[in-house]
Amino acid sequence: MSLDQRLTSHTSADGDAFVRVNDLVKIFGDTVAVRSVSLSVQRNEIFALLGSSGCGKSTLLRMLAGFEEATSGQIWLDGEDITRVPAYRRPVNMMFQSYALFPHMNVQANVAFGLRQEGVDPAEIHDRVFEALDLVQMAGYSRRKPNQLSGGQQQRVALARSLVKRPKLLLLDEPMSALDKQIRQKTQIELVRILQQVGVTCIMVTHDQEEAMTMANRLAVMTEGQIVQSGAPQDVYAFPRSRFVAGFIGSTNLFTGTIVVDEPDRVAIESDDMSRPLVVNHGVSEPIGMEVHVSIRPERIVVSRERPTQDANWAHGRVTHMAWMGSYALYQIRLDAGKVVEASVPALMLAREDAPGIEEEVFVSWDADSATVLAS
Amino acid sequence: MKRLSLAAALPSSRTLAIVPPFLWLLVFLLLPFLLVLKISFADLEFGSPPYTPLATFEAGTVQLSLHFAGYIRLFTDSLYVATYLNSVKMALITTLCCAVIGYPMAYYIARSSPRVRNYLMLAVILPFWTSLLLRVYAWVGILRNDGLLNKFLMSIGLISSPLDIYRTDLAVYIGMVYAYLPFFILPLYASLVKLDLRLLEAAYDLGSRPWTAFWQITFPLSRPGVIAGAMLVFIPSVGEYVIPELLGGANTLMMGRVMWNEFFNNADWPMAAAVTCVMVLLLLVPLALFQYNQVKQIQGERGAR
Amino acid sequence: MITPSKPLRLLALGLGFTFLYAPILSLIVFSFNASPMVTSWSGFSLRWYAALFADQALLSAAWLSFKIAGLTATAAVIIGTWVGYVLARAGRFRGFTMYIGMISAPLVIPEVVLGISLLLLFIEMRSAFGWPADNGMFTIWVGHTTLCMAYVAIIIQSRIHDLDRSLEEAALDLGATPLKVFFVITLPLIAPALAAAWLLSFTLSLDDVILASFLSGPGFTTLPMEVFSRVRLGLRPEVNALATLFIVAVGLCVILANRVSWRKEPK
Repeated sequence: MSLDQRLTSHTSADGDAFVRVNDLVKIFGDTVAVRSVSLSVQRNEIFALLGSSGCGKSTLLRMLAGFEEATSGQIWLDGEDITRVPAYRRPVNMMFQSYALFPHMNVQANVAFGLRQEGVDPAEIHDRVFEALDLVQMAGYSRRKPNQLSGGQQQRVALARSLVKRPKLLLLDEPMSALDKQIRQKTQIELVRILQQVGVTCIMVTHDQEEAMTMANRLAVMTEGQIVQSGAPQDVYAFPRSRFVAGFIGSTNLFTGTIVVDEPDRVAIESDDMSRPLVVNHGVSEPIGMEVHVSIRPERIVVSRERPTQDANWAHGRVTHMAWMGSYALYQIRLDAGKVVEASVPALMLAREDAPGIEEEVFVSWDADSATVLAS
Repeated sequence: MKRLSLAAALPSSRTLAIVPPFLWLLVFLLLPFLLVLKISFADLEFGSPPYTPLATFEAGTVQLSLHFAGYIRLFTDSLYVATYLNSVKMALITTLCCAVIGYPMAYYIARSSPRVRNYLMLAVILPFWTSLLLRVYAWVGILRNDGLLNKFLMSIGLISSPLDIYRTDLAVYIGMVYAYLPFFILPLYASLVKLDLRLLEAAYDLGSRPWTAFWQITFPLSRPGVIAGAMLVFIPSVGEYVIPELLGGANTLMMGRVMWNEFFNNADWPMAAAVTCVMVLLLLVPLALFQYNQVKQIQGERGAR
Repeated sequence: MITPSKPLRLLALGLGFTFLYAPILSLIVFSFNASPMVTSWSGFSLRWYAALFADQALLSAAWLSFKIAGLTATAAVIIGTWVGYVLARAGRFRGFTMYIGMISAPLVIPEVVLGISLLLLFIEMRSAFGWPADNGMFTIWVGHTTLCMAYVAIIIQSRIHDLDRSLEEAALDLGATPLKVFFVITLPLIAPALAAAWLLSFTLSLDDVILASFLSGPGFTTLPMEVFSRVRLGLRPEVNALATLFIVAVGLCVILANRVSWRKEPK
């Protein structure tokens, strides 16, 4: 099966998309912030927009919320075109990066604010507010003001406020950025649990690829105003389509070489960086003789003292650097041809065998499933 | 595809939000000034209004009458010319003095700890809130020949006869600098307090001495504040009336006094209008500089978001 | 952090503040002078304060000034806040530069220019449609409001700019219309700045001599007009008494307001 075929089998059919963005463009003066972005999100799905600062993801999110007017393109939500609908009339709610809790109102008033704008009956407001606060375990803090809460508590109130109106679409703007690294992971999992319990479609924006991988059902990598690849986190990670995506999500080793064997499900590449060919277990659309890049993740590289028995996908080198990261060790190995590769070896494996140290000679190897040929 | 509808023809809600306060300024600022311009070309006449109309409609023809007598007098009468020049000169010196006294004050306040800063700025602003008229009046009591300053200097033996300061240009300078100092300090302080001190630390780290760091980093970054402050002092100073009137001598020639006299004493409105127009013309360049600075400030602030 | 030199700092600030406050102190001290020769001290006395309260002309002028100042401050805050909000939040629009130009003009234009222009406007209006029939409280109020709204606009624009924009966006996001957001979210959060702007306008109006002189009519003498006409002729001890009362009142108000705003101002 070709790479493209593998990828399309994971994307959903466009027809029953709950949220659909068509060729959305945003231009500020001379700058094009968002270039013709299209995507679709399923009902109750958590979708992440991943990219570094300035890539356009925040602008895209703000257009979904209604704070920026699209220069061209459409946004469809549950079959309705909401492109020109003002923010205060969209069935969309947002959890802001800074939480944006109203400082002059207490927690209860903050959460009730949205319901009061709808003209909901006060008794019902009270019930729904406390229902939402119970969901985030903040019911006991209803009378406190935002400046009397910790960062994590503020976040929970902000979440309750954005969920209480039961929006069709929930937007999260860098949800974890204001929290300490320690509690981030726990909060990520808890947030996902709450979202799934409530059953709400969610689009989140983040620059932290771990966050996207942990929380999202599907993600899209953005750069310079465009989506360069989208799909399930494992697929995007395992089969990046470009050097940018390969390097952005996790780290990777890149080899450049020419195709010497081109078969439907097997390709061999000769590279100056290695004396032996690289063999990849999938077909490519590029012809023989074409220069391509091959990506191999550090955790797929096996480091050993003994010479490997396979014909291809291995090389000899010397350890130049080793860093203990706690649960794994990061090796930097200079191959005979001069290229430096990174290999990450789990601590468990190092404990069993006699871990190679700096200046020692080693062999690196990987299997044909571990490498991906990149299109660009 | 464009749809023609009533909603599209009516002003958008955004226009409705922006235009109304503009109307006040249009009616009570722009329109009056256009009137001044018109009347400056009129001639004095008895009746109400006490000046000739600009255009009259008579026997099927429109007669436009522009009287330049006022303007000609302004440019040829040596007294008027001298007054204009003197006003500009005094305003310039006032601005310079405010800068020399005000910059160090603003600088040292901005570099104080936040708590101290607040108290100090409060102390700067407090006089500003009390009546200017009364404070200028206080200087009369200080600068007169029998006033506090002379009494003090004579009592410690520094001088033997009183200094003639009251009713001279010097008294006016003292009064003007006194009155306009907070106007210089405030925008400058606002600019200096935004200075990121880490820039200075980086400069010291790279081997710069405090004085060099000041000239090459602090001062250039405080320029918008300096310009705003300087314009806030210079432009109104040119047309100042109260201070020269209370502290100045008979030959302290300032435009504000001339305008006041033309109106209240001579009741020559076309003349007063002409004087006003020429004064605004004089101030056009500094005014433009001030506006440009303001726009840049407001836009720069918004761009930073 | 490198701190600037202490002695230089002391010198600059010491001289500067002495310069600013010496006249104020002299006013206060000599208001208690028993002698009518303002600058020769002859003993402590409260006679000038008594004279002040018996002075009908001054008292009625003061009352008029307070009324005008109150009306001016209220109008200036309403219009000035509107302008300040537009400048801070409306983004770039056609005529933006002209907008800023017009609103900044009263800040710098010499008051005599403003006075003459407005007076001529009212005269033309009178001859064109017979209104306003006489110059008086209304015309002075117009002049003062035009001047003060410029100050208000700058203060409010600056305050709203510092306000976290995401608060207003959050309110929009939760379904409040832009108008509602302004009244329910923005205004409460800038309340201290509004109060400060109101007080500033009040003070400016109370102190203005030039506009009031140009724009008033017979029977409408404001406090500064009355004081000015007296001090042109020489030193007057009851004016010292008035000044002291004024300074003390303003001083207390400003300090009080500052305390309140430090405690309550949200980020």
